[in-house]
Amino acid sequence: MRSTWHSATIVETRAETPHSVRMTLAVPTWPGSEPGSHLDVRLTAPDGYQASRSYSVASSSPWGHVVLAIDELPDGEVSPFLVNEARPGDTLEVHGPLGSYFVWRPGQNDRPVQLIAGGSGVVPLYAMAVAHDLAEDTTPFQLLYSVRTPADAFFAAELTELAGPSFQVTHVYTRQAPTGWPGTVGRLTRDTLAASTIPPSERPRVYVCGSTGFAETVATWLLDLGHSTTDILTERFGGL
Amino acid sequence: MPNHLDGNALAGVLSDVFTMDVTAARGRCGSCGRTAPVAEAMVYPDAPGLVARCASCDHVLVVVVTAGERLVLSLAGLDAIDLRV
Repeated sequence: MRSTWHSATIVETRAETPHSVRMTLAVPTWPGSEPGSHLDVRLTAPDGYQASRSYSVASSSPWGHVVLAIDELPDGEVSPFLVNEARPGDTLEVHGPLGSYFVWRPGQNDRPVQLIAGGSGVVPLYAMAVAHDLAEDTTPFQLLYSVRTPADAFFAAELTELAGPSFQVTHVYTRQAPTGWPGTVGRLTRDTLAASTIPPSERPRVYVCGSTGFAETVATWLLDLGHSTTDILTERFGGL
Repeated sequence: MPNHLDGNALAGVLSDVFTMDVTAARGRCGSCGRTAPVAEAMVYPDAPGLVARCASCDHVLVVVVTAGERLVLSLAGLDAIDLRV
């Protein structure tokens, strides 16, 4: 699938979490994309200055709509505009689909898949879970999702809906848990990681997406636990 | 800790150069010989352009600088790229 620049029109924006927006784009020339891939959004200021950033594709269909979920980075050059200023009818330049490394393809193999996300890092993993469901793939999927509070979870309703015999979701709440939450509140630890993910003996393919600090900490722990470096795929989106 | 990304972030700019996605291709570091997907390199976006370094030895593998319509690419730090993986 050759990637190229496309003109996109914002169809809908709505709050995804208190600091992020779910944005639906109409992209008539979009060829479709593999679960986990991303695109670059380029903004051009009136004086010609350009800035572009990568965003994972939450869902897309060929010649149709592309859905993104964009978290606002307070010092960002692109995300504050997309989250706070962009409105339906506005046009954006997007480049994609991009990336063939951090993707999951239905039927690729029958090894279990462990997804591990921090915050907005769940977006490409959500795309994989949707594809897994649509393909009626019976490969065991598990998601471990670390968020600050329940309100900060992306695609919360959709992930609950997708959960079932072949897709299990476990949350880690780092600041505040839902009422009646039986677990502890706090940062993900190596022990929690070991207890809530598919063990290395089952040779899962592990997809990790989050801030740079989150992704690198988790990847290091996975190696400590005995996962092979070639089974761990990471995508960092910056920050600490 | 310097703010860095990873080789996934090179997909856009390198797709302007290569006819296929390069981030899943395996590159061999010209310094330490580590062979790994380009996506696993450490990418520093705060330099003028993007600088990709080997995740093992920090050797500079790829530098991409764009300025207006110009794109300058250096792959001098890579011994080889295996594209059909």
